[in-house]
Amino acid sequence: MKADLKKGVWTLAEIRHGRIHETSHELLAWGRSLADKLGVRLASVVTAPVPQEDLRELVAFGADVVFVLDGAGKEGLETDLVSQGLAGLTRDYEPDVFIASATTAGRTIFSILYAELETGLTADCTGLDIDEATGMLLQTRPAIGGNVMATIKTPLRRPQMCTVRPRSKKPLGRDGARQGEIVREPARLEGKASRLQILKTIADESQERPITEADVLVVGGRGMGQAKNFQLLERLAHLLGGQVGATRQAVDMGWAPYAAQIGLSGKTVSPRLYLSFGVSGAIQHIAGMSTAERVIAVNRDSEAPIFSVADLGIVGDVGEVLPALIAELEKRGGHIDGA
Amino acid sequence: MRLAVMIKQVPATDTVKIDPEKGTMIREGLEMEVNPLDLHALEAAVTWRDRLGGEAEVVVFSMGPPSAIKAIRSALAFGCDRGFLISDRLFGGSDTLATARALAAALEKEGPFDLVLCGERATDGETGQVGPALGHLMKASVVTYVNEITEIAEGRITLRRAVEGGSQVVRAVLPAQLSVVKELNRPRLLTLRRKQAVREREIPVLTAADLGLPVEWCGLKGSPTQVVSVKYPELVRSCEMIHVGADLERAVTDLADILTKEVAAHEG
Ligand SMILES: Cc1cc2nc3c(=O)[nH]c(=O)nc-3n(C[C@H](O)[C@H](O)[C@H](O)COP(=O)(O)OP(=O)(O)OC[C@H]3O[C@@H](n4cnc5c(N)ncnc54)[C@H](O)[C@@H]3O)c2cc1C
Ligand SMILES: Nc1ncnc2c1ncn2[C@@H]1O[C@H](COP(=O)(O)O)[C@@H](O)[C@H]1O
Repeated sequence: MKADLKKGVWTLAEIRHGRIHETSHELLAWGRSLADKLGVRLASVVTAPVPQEDLRELVAFGADVVFVLDGAGKEGLETDLVSQGLAGLTRDYEPDVFIASATTAGRTIFSILYAELETGLTADCTGLDIDEATGMLLQTRPAIGGNVMATIKTPLRRPQMCTVRPRSKKPLGRDGARQGEIVREPARLEGKASRLQILKTIADESQERPITEADVLVVGGRGMGQAKNFQLLERLAHLLGGQVGATRQAVDMGWAPYAAQIGLSGKTVSPRLYLSFGVSGAIQHIAGMSTAERVIAVNRDSEAPIFSVADLGIVGDVGEVLPALIAELEKRGGHIDGA
Repeated sequence: MRLAVMIKQVPATDTVKIDPEKGTMIREGLEMEVNPLDLHALEAAVTWRDRLGGEAEVVVFSMGPPSAIKAIRSALAFGCDRGFLISDRLFGGSDTLATARALAAALEKEGPFDLVLCGERATDGETGQVGPALGHLMKASVVTYVNEITEIAEGRITLRRAVEGGSQVVRAVLPAQLSVVKELNRPRLLTLRRKQAVREREIPVLTAADLGLPVEWCGLKGSPTQVVSVKYPELVRSCEMIHVGADLERAVTDLADILTKEVAAHEG
């Protein structure tokens, strides 16, 4: 253990298929602003083997220190071993703040870790700040279907832990000249084997980019009329460099997979652009998308509630607007985002 | 095989109110229901009990005010064998850690259990932290985002979980705690007859003292997190409207212009 690297702000790197995932860089942007306000070091913690170049990228995106936890399972998929390894590391280095992405891995590992460390954990934050008077972490999250923004702190226990919603911050500009330290630490597992055996990972190409991580979401509701029309949404999403989301009605109808469902019983999303077709805007749907940066809705009913949370409303028939829009964008030269 | 299901009673409607002073939900006068995602946990438990046969039993637990007895009763009507309400004034204001500790104590007292099922998250708190924390505290295998259970045999469970970009097939040692997603199954509907059949059932209440929980572990005192402030964001945006009317071409050109600009802005 390196005693001079104690305390500070930590972020949990997100690892997928043996590589550092870009949400790790978003986390570093959050962490950087917190660490600078506190005048402390920012670390990224990597829990599985990844290429050396990925570790250096963490430094380029803002980390002062990269901790690599060695031996916590093969690919870091055994969440029990990862959590146990992290608990040991956290007890040694005593970070003040520890944040992870609100992804399936981040949420799961942190939910185990905070219980082990008996500290506080705030889920799915969209805002983080430091209280000037006390230096405490202020964690802001939407609650009750986005009707409320609650700010939460962890006064007495350390680390102050939270998960933050993917896409809630842009990564900092990459700086290849930044200097940082890479520190390897063995996971102290005391000979414990994992209770979990990962038999297989099945890739689903339609979910390669989950809707929670999309910049642009093209969303269809019951007003799409039939399954076939969802192919048009796919085309539009492709043109806009985005992904397709759906309402529960559309999912129940079998027009879209459950993984695409946005709302109270689906996923919570914060895309930069949310564009919907034939979505009424039921409260349970809005609960999952109210933090979108910009909202555009197409609906033939000018009274549809979705318009009350939209920036731009198109009153018209999906059957006319959608094909015409696709044709217009294609005419302008295919991928307008250059992707 | 003993199965436990953890269910939470949540406000049924969209009109939830918050006490601006305390930052806690005003529960009076709200219609309550079982957290919709917990129905999938109930369905899985009851189905597997019947499939496993033998001495298999499903016990349901809910922590909440005395009125949460209704949630337990629905679970009994759903087919659970027994139910416990975990309720005490001391539990008021519990955060997810304090809740998980109380649930863990109840499971220990009434246990042991081989399988503990939770919903992925509750529609009011929306944290998804209670289930895995509970699983960890009871030293069980913790598996989240479960969308299929394929086998329970020889002290192990095999299942599938939904993750970004696909799914994982996982085998876990029992006891295990699972947090389940909606895809797992289709919960059965409750018939009036089943509801009436459990109307008179006695439901034991477990208090902090029954569970041997020290006061410092309960409610606000036992909660590491504190709500500092609560704001009601202005959800309503001022919406500029384009009526397609007779001029589809014009509307579509305008929309395409806006989208092109929007997307270009993200790139920059
Ligand atoms: C406990 C609970 C949880 C729920 N969870 C979710 C959730 O996670 N996500 C979710 O989305 N919903 C959820 N719901 C369901 C929600 O209440 C709504 O039923 C659902 O969001 C409506 O989906 P929709 O907008 O596709 O359909 P509808 O409400 O039927 O709306 C269709 C819209 O399309 C418009 N339309 C129809 N035809 C056309 C056309 N040709 N051109 C243009 N517009 C057209 C109509 O004017 C209408 O506004 C939940 C409900 C409950 C009770
Ligand atoms: N008070 C409670 N009583 C029983 N189970 C609960 C309680 N709170 C949460 N749970 C369980 O934990 C899951 C996740 O809840 P949450 O972490 O609040 O989103 C729920 O779906 C329930 O299965």
